[in-house]
Amino acid sequence: MDLNLTPEEEAYREQVRAWLANNRPVALHQRGVVDGKTWVERAKDWQRRLYEGGLLALSWPREYGGQALDPMRQAIVSEELARANVGGVVGGNAIGMLGPTLITWGTEEQKRRYLPKILTGEEIWCQGYSEPGAGSDLASLRTRAELQGDEFVVNGQKVWTSGAHIADMMFGLVRTNPDAPKHKGISYLLIDMKSPGITVRPLVQMNGEADFCEVFFDNVRVPRANLVGELNEGWKVANTTMVHERNWLGASPQRLFDKLMERARQQRRRGVPMTSDPLFRHRLVDMQIDVEAMRLHALRLLSNAIHKRQGGVENMVAKLVGTELHHRMALTAMDMLGDYGTLARGEQSALDRGVWSATWFGSIARMFGGGTSEIQKNVIAERGLGMPKSR
Amino acid sequence: MDFGLTDEQEQLKSGARDFLANECSSAVVRKVMAEESGLAPELYKKIAELGWTGMIIPEEFGGLGLGMLDLAVLLEECGYAAMPGPFAFSAGIAASALKLGGSPQQCQRWLPGLAAGSVTGTVAMVEESDSLDPADITLSAARDGSGFVLNGVKLFVPYAHAADFMVVAARINPGPDGLDFFLVEGGASGVTSRIMRNVDQTRRICEVKFDGVKLAQDARLPNRAELLDRLIDAGAVIMAADCLGGSERALEMAVEYSKVREQFGRPIGSFQALQHLAAELIAAIEPARSLLWYAAYAQDAGLEDASRAASMAKARLSAVYSRTADQSVLMHGGIGFTWEHDIHLWFKRARFDDPFFGDPVFHRERVAVLSGY
Repeated sequence: MDLNLTPEEEAYREQVRAWLANNRPVALHQRGVVDGKTWVERAKDWQRRLYEGGLLALSWPREYGGQALDPMRQAIVSEELARANVGGVVGGNAIGMLGPTLITWGTEEQKRRYLPKILTGEEIWCQGYSEPGAGSDLASLRTRAELQGDEFVVNGQKVWTSGAHIADMMFGLVRTNPDAPKHKGISYLLIDMKSPGITVRPLVQMNGEADFCEVFFDNVRVPRANLVGELNEGWKVANTTMVHERNWLGASPQRLFDKLMERARQQRRRGVPMTSDPLFRHRLVDMQIDVEAMRLHALRLLSNAIHKRQGGVENMVAKLVGTELHHRMALTAMDMLGDYGTLARGEQSALDRGVWSATWFGSIARMFGGGTSEIQKNVIAERGLGMPKSR
Repeated sequence: MDFGLTDEQEQLKSGARDFLANECSSAVVRKVMAEESGLAPELYKKIAELGWTGMIIPEEFGGLGLGMLDLAVLLEECGYAAMPGPFAFSAGIAASALKLGGSPQQCQRWLPGLAAGSVTGTVAMVEESDSLDPADITLSAARDGSGFVLNGVKLFVPYAHAADFMVVAARINPGPDGLDFFLVEGGASGVTSRIMRNVDQTRRICEVKFDGVKLAQDARLPNRAELLDRLIDAGAVIMAADCLGGSERALEMAVEYSKVREQFGRPIGSFQALQHLAAELIAAIEPARSLLWYAAYAQDAGLEDASRAASMAKARLSAVYSRTADQSVLMHGGIGFTWEHDIHLWFKRARFDDPFFGDPVFHRERVAVLSGY
């Protein structure tokens, strides 16, 4: 156990911090057009600046736009990005999930073609997994891709596809063999969202925004070269993505806790701040302990990666614990705020610009997005604890 | 940066697991449970030979001079085995009291024996109020010539009936002057210990009466400032390590049982009601392990947040162990309620560990205060 950084790492941290002090994103908390640019354009600009500043995907190989740095440097950058409170990047899903998948499974040509543009934000990706009949039981998906010569012809529908309306490309799962057992007939395809035959319909969410979409495929032609991994072996490829997805979604909620504490110190009931209210005081400490546990747990997993230790069930719990904790924090805020918690964004009397109701909505999405908590528990029980299969 | 155990610590851990599987099976534990003294002297001799009793004692006093993290790794395995006897309280908590508060002479007098396992010690803190708040510690140590005379009663003192010495928290003057700590030899005139019947039979705790116990001037520990807090830090980590190992074992027993017990024509472990329960328990245990490692490391490295880290670890692991042990018994159904099945050993030990050296409410409050709530 040694939590000290080397002098080089400390210097690197200073360098990153200084860069972030001099570079800020332009109004990414505002939707709509600002300074003549749409939100997507501004978000892409910011991602490009981060990339040019050397702050994205540090561990990727150099030939694909990475810097081949160790996971510790990546962790330093992640921490500094969280501390600077600049928010996520618009291409975060591709950097966090698709990139590592292509590095593991992609052809040389695919890596050269796609990885650099993932980093620069020139191409925004969406994840085409869920379907109307395939949610938690993802492997029962039915979007069909038939190989005709050098092309797949895709027909079917995806749903809950976050960001499909702004995406240039989709990484998705399609059925290429309807006769095989369900896990054996799936392939992993990269699909150009501008292809003829694709229709995207944004769905309005409970928070009033429209980030996730329905995507319809009507005889969409996809080159065979866009197949990742072997034909009908897409489930294996998807598993790589899902491991990275779990880690990506389970990130430490320290920043949210800090905001919650700020609110708790200001919020009074019967003249005392919530931090002195006997009930809320202990709820807050309880979450503080969980936030610290997740921070340290992430260090432990990072260390396993740096020192090439295999690890076991500890690798599987972050998504479940992190998202449930996020939800508990949101609920605590709502409980502290009372009637103020019911005020929507934009209402002049809303506290903290109405961020808490938005956080509450968002916390619900985290718990089912990327595999519900129940599915996480199935995985932990069966693969982590070796309990007999339930199905 | 490496947030993890060293190769040596991994070896210490797996060596301890193997050793205890052979030397401290549940049959051995049950035999010691049935004995009045609860001491397991043969086992204690063997662990002393392995160096466990000198783990955190400095080399100049005959120990190995290792840290709290090394000790925590061992204590996790002791919790896993539900090891009976005074090891954690003597080689962990009493050794810490002397290291942190004792004079060189006091250390020289007792630490070599503790390290060799030839003597055991204990710490007497709480009283009838069952509180670690200094204001609730009232045992009197009135001045008597150049020395002191102790009067009062301590409760829940581990293995006091067999201890060669006790470190006793007391007050020279009533009021806010702060606490003092005194070394009292076992069998000193005026000291009587009575074993309190408790549900966790893998441990012995005592009521200790001090009736005009005369002490020389040099019985007083010189470094008393913040000693109570530092002892709470050490005790919290020591107990939390036991909680971690016990949680692991209880859940492991329940999961193994769920693989072989069949109902409705299939193993009960294939039912999601039990799968999800087990998943929730392990998802609480693993991050709590990270809290414990950090808390132990923070003490070894003298980090500023060592007290807060210790309280976080104890608050969380007390609760994790209690819940895991409860639910693990329930996963067994009727067989888990029998005396014959071993699961109740951990079920009861969890309840001992939960309040000892501060329950979750005490430690959460301490975290709140240390965090400036």
